[in-house]
Amino acid sequence: MSEYLILIYQDENDPSWSDPSAGEQMMKDHMAFGEKHGASLRGGNALHHTNSATSLRHDKGGKVTVTDGAFAETKEALGGYYVIEAPDLDAALAIAKDVPAALGGVEVRPIMPT
Amino acid sequence: MAEAHRSEWAFVLAATVRVTRDIDAAEECVQDAFARALTDWTRQGIPKKPGAWLTTVARRLAIDQQRRHATHARLVPLLVPEMESESEPRSGDEAADDRLRLIFTCCHPALDLESQIALTLRFVCGLTTPEVARAFLIKESAMAARLTRAKKKIAISRIPYHVPGAAELPDRIDAVLDVVHLVFTTGHTAPSGPRLVRDDLTSRALQLARMLRDLLPDEPGVAGLLALILLSDARRNARTSNDGSIVLLEDQDRTKWDHESIREGIELVHESLTHRPPTRFALMAAIAAVHAEAPSFSETDWGEIVSIYDLLVLTWPSPVVALNRAVAIGFARGPLAGLAALDELASDPFLAHYTYYESARADTLDRLGRRGEAVASYELALQLTDNEVERTFLQERLDAITSARLAQTSLDRRSVPSIPSRIVDTSNELHS
Repeated sequence: MSEYLILIYQDENDPSWSDPSAGEQMMKDHMAFGEKHGASLRGGNALHHTNSATSLRHDKGGKVTVTDGAFAETKEALGGYYVIEAPDLDAALAIAKDVPAALGGVEVRPIMPT
Repeated sequence: MAEAHRSEWAFVLAATVRVTRDIDAAEECVQDAFARALTDWTRQGIPKKPGAWLTTVARRLAIDQQRRHATHARLVPLLVPEMESESEPRSGDEAADDRLRLIFTCCHPALDLESQIALTLRFVCGLTTPEVARAFLIKESAMAARLTRAKKKIAISRIPYHVPGAAELPDRIDAVLDVVHLVFTTGHTAPSGPRLVRDDLTSRALQLARMLRDLLPDEPGVAGLLALILLSDARRNARTSNDGSIVLLEDQDRTKWDHESIREGIELVHESLTHRPPTRFALMAAIAAVHAEAPSFSETDWGEIVSIYDLLVLTWPSPVVALNRAVAIGFARGPLAGLAALDELASDPFLAHYTYYESARADTLDRLGRRGEAVASYELALQLTDNEVERTFLQERLDAITSARLAQTSLDRRSVPSIPSRIVDTSNELHS
């Protein structure tokens, strides 16, 4: 078995984020996902909007600069994640397909074993 | 021994990967098995079934290696039952299953397309790394690095060695067919190099398609792809003149076509079309079959070709397919209808920068006698390409129109836009 991180990337500025019924539906979708794949889930969380993010950059001289915002400015921003356990990539992808991410998509990364 | 290496390496590797579940480890075991054969066969003579001998030795080495790993790393004892038995002989079904698993691994959509093709040529076809590098026209070191990176991705992300389950199978078969089709189209109209056709690639694609046909005999997409390859490749000897330049479909000597391949291809088209809805490759093969059955270019059943394109644009809505359909309409219903069909596509952002679109328009305008507009279109087409072969072709067309304009010759010159396309997502059988 391997662990995989499923990163959820979505358009944060889509108007539907301010629609309460859409938010409710999203909650329901995540609940349904959790019920279906509970046995494989090892963790997961939603993140606040990237306007709450703070980035620290290291320059070559060892100096650290603190800046406002996400590390990489992209249309689709990291908005949440799940950690799952799966026997292989196909199994992980089958689970990842069920992750609600209507306003973007997900990225699947194998986690290095410790 | 060299013969055994060429013919058996890929089979032995596929059987060994089943044990190691790691291509690198399997490659090592297979290499050791060949090294052992070198000494054993010299001493005791070549065994009756060299492939079976090599497979047994390589797999035994792999199992030994796994046991050592299991003890050293104190891995879960679960590994041992997962291992295959050493018992021999292995059935033909099992060997076929090994090959199929490896194809699905090499053509996994989690790998980039170029790596999928490279892995397939290396591990399914059994080409050496320098041979694969030559197929891609890149340096051996770059190809070795690409293969290493791809193998690493397979190992780290745990791309499995299995035939996908029923739910994923159709998509995954499509991915495999895409790889084989790309190997073929890259050879059929080589994107670079001195020759139009790269026989080495087309014959590998044919070999792969035949192998898939044996392994997945009931898949209509497989039958369609094999048919498409046979029917397109049947024209090989007629597609270039003695000096290597392109001969248009219109001007090809049809007696030079390989009629045995055409017969086999048409039979497969009939079979693949019984499946509803017909697959993309079955439809593309059906179009190739209409050309193959036409006694001459002027007797081509363009109406039939248009109706197949009507289905194809629904199955595979690519701009290039839509363009080919519009060109076919021009032959079926006359240049005016063709121009209307082309102009409908004018807003497509891909076609707006696609030389072949502009040159098809130019050709249609020329057939309508609207030479001034045709010249403008050819000039636009010339601006859109940096490819020398394309430029030469377009310039010749342009010169021909300009002189024809002066000479006021017949308006009824039928010709096919004929630029060797660098876009490989669909066949451009209209021009070759």
